[in-house]
Amino acid sequence: MNHDAYPDNYIRGILNSVKSIAMVGASPQNVRPSYFAFKYLAQRGYDMIPVNPGHVGKDLLGKPFVASLSDIGQPIDMIDIFRNSSHIMPVVEEALTLDPLPKVIWMQLGARDDAAAEKAEAAGIKVVMNRCPKIEYGRLSSEISWMGVNSRTLSSKRPPAPTQGMRLSLNRMSVGGGETAASDRAAKNKTERS
Amino acid sequence: MSDRLPGFSTLAVHAGAQPDPTTGARATPIYQTTSFVFNDADHAASLFGLQSFGNIYTRIGNPTNAVLEERVAALEGGTAALAVASGHAAQVVVLQQLMQPGDEFIAARKLYGGSINQFAHAFKSFGWNVVWADPDDVASFERAVTPRTKAIFIESIANPAGSITDIEAISTVARKAGVPLIVDNTLASPYLIRPIDHGADIVVHSLTKFLGGHGNSLGGIIVDAGTFDWSTGGKYPMLSEPRPEYHGIRLQETFGNFAFAIACRVLGLRDLGPALSPFNAFMILTGIETLPLRMQKHCDNAKAVAEFLAGHPAVAAVNYSGLASDKYNQLARKYAPKGAGAVFTFSLKGGYDAGVSLVSKLQLFSHLANVGDTRSLVIHPASTTHSQLDDAAKVKSGAGPDVVRLSIGIEDKEDLIADLEQALAA
Repeated sequence: MNHDAYPDNYIRGILNSVKSIAMVGASPQNVRPSYFAFKYLAQRGYDMIPVNPGHVGKDLLGKPFVASLSDIGQPIDMIDIFRNSSHIMPVVEEALTLDPLPKVIWMQLGARDDAAAEKAEAAGIKVVMNRCPKIEYGRLSSEISWMGVNSRTLSSKRPPAPTQGMRLSLNRMSVGGGETAASDRAAKNKTERS
Repeated sequence: MSDRLPGFSTLAVHAGAQPDPTTGARATPIYQTTSFVFNDADHAASLFGLQSFGNIYTRIGNPTNAVLEERVAALEGGTAALAVASGHAAQVVVLQQLMQPGDEFIAARKLYGGSINQFAHAFKSFGWNVVWADPDDVASFERAVTPRTKAIFIESIANPAGSITDIEAISTVARKAGVPLIVDNTLASPYLIRPIDHGADIVVHSLTKFLGGHGNSLGGIIVDAGTFDWSTGGKYPMLSEPRPEYHGIRLQETFGNFAFAIACRVLGLRDLGPALSPFNAFMILTGIETLPLRMQKHCDNAKAVAEFLAGHPAVAAVNYSGLASDKYNQLARKYAPKGAGAVFTFSLKGGYDAGVSLVSKLQLFSHLANVGDTRSLVIHPASTTHSQLDDAAKVKSGAGPDVVRLSIGIEDKEDLIADLEQALAA
């Protein structure tokens, strides 16, 4: 997988297929990006599990914190890692001990570890790096268009009136991005420089 | 669901718009409302805390305006956009995110006269210090860089003389200085030039001109290219530092490559207040649907009129970069191969008096202070748009006393030429 520019269908396929998401580094502080993403993905119907050893005994929006991936005790479709790039590898290594393995490992905006990605991919796990699943879900459904964001999708279909907790269709026509987007090229140049 | 990329005209009609979920309305509805009902207290808190996507109050966002924002972002190749009340408002909101009192920004000397005034006087009173550079001399931008420089500002096609700016060369200076390049793309529109493809980090427009295109609605817009890294060195605290307005959110960390557009919305538009009327957004959106058709006709007409004027015995000089003999023709071929725009100047051998006489005799051209209308327009910049500048600055910005500016409309070119011909006779 080219981790500089993901085809929309790759992201769409992941967000349409996974049901349970363990969020490593989930924060109970309501101004942290992980809190935003946790809350949004729960509202869109994903089964969310907060993983953070510092908050065991508490819960996040009604979901009890667990200390580590191995404490979850149920199969997990996707692991969403809210940690800096330097803390990714141990999480991926722990994920690779799970049985069954997760289908997807997702690293948040700003987080990237190519060696960890390679390990996960060698085990048949799909990897996404330096993206936010909330932003990608909002973009592919065009819900993020409320914020003036370029969803890079088009549709001539009448969508259902959105209600709380509703899953939204992500099956809109993609109109560019990835290698065609200046923002992605800038991110790639930054990776190459560092 | 294919990954085939649609063309510019398809995006001009479709991007950002879909049938209304509630009514099925196919045209974008005008959501003429100040406010939006919350589902419950938690929903309200999520929206105010920026945790959820949705509408609160039209000074922060509006569904009609959002369609306009996404459409222009798509046409420019940016990650997001923010529509505001005018092009001037767009410039205030952009610089508010970048500048602290005592900071500097470098601006091209050839700009719309209103921008020169705004930068030199209004912004100076905020402690935002403009440093002028010559767009025909890239080294003058390099020389102007200091540790307090926070941005570089240029026009892609410069008002009033329609000269073309070497965006790529100036973007190299900006990159080296570690500051964003802001390009005012009003006179080109994304149909002719997409500055982000040439290294711009932020694009601003007066939507009032070619994008709206019909001379009926004011508007402005800010497009975030998503290319600039705001996190380095605490140089841009509005984006990189915890914001007390939002209980400590860091916008770049939270919103990634569209954080600048979000900052403009939640720190700029929210607090400064220059919101665009949803009705204007609707009018401008309708205009944008025909942008590619209009812009090509504007350019084709402008070239024909410029060629006519260049051959007229009463005309001293024509400044139109679409003419092979023009100083900017090479740059025009590179940056605007479809056409060199429709705003240009010419000077008359009879000087100031001949200019005044010409304006008074024209029957189709309207004498007014706007450009980018379906109608052809004429103005004498020295006595109007650029009148606040001193004589030397007038000449430097391309608005000397003998100069007449035209904005060519989409009428039949034969009629425009005939009108100029009768007004130049006698």
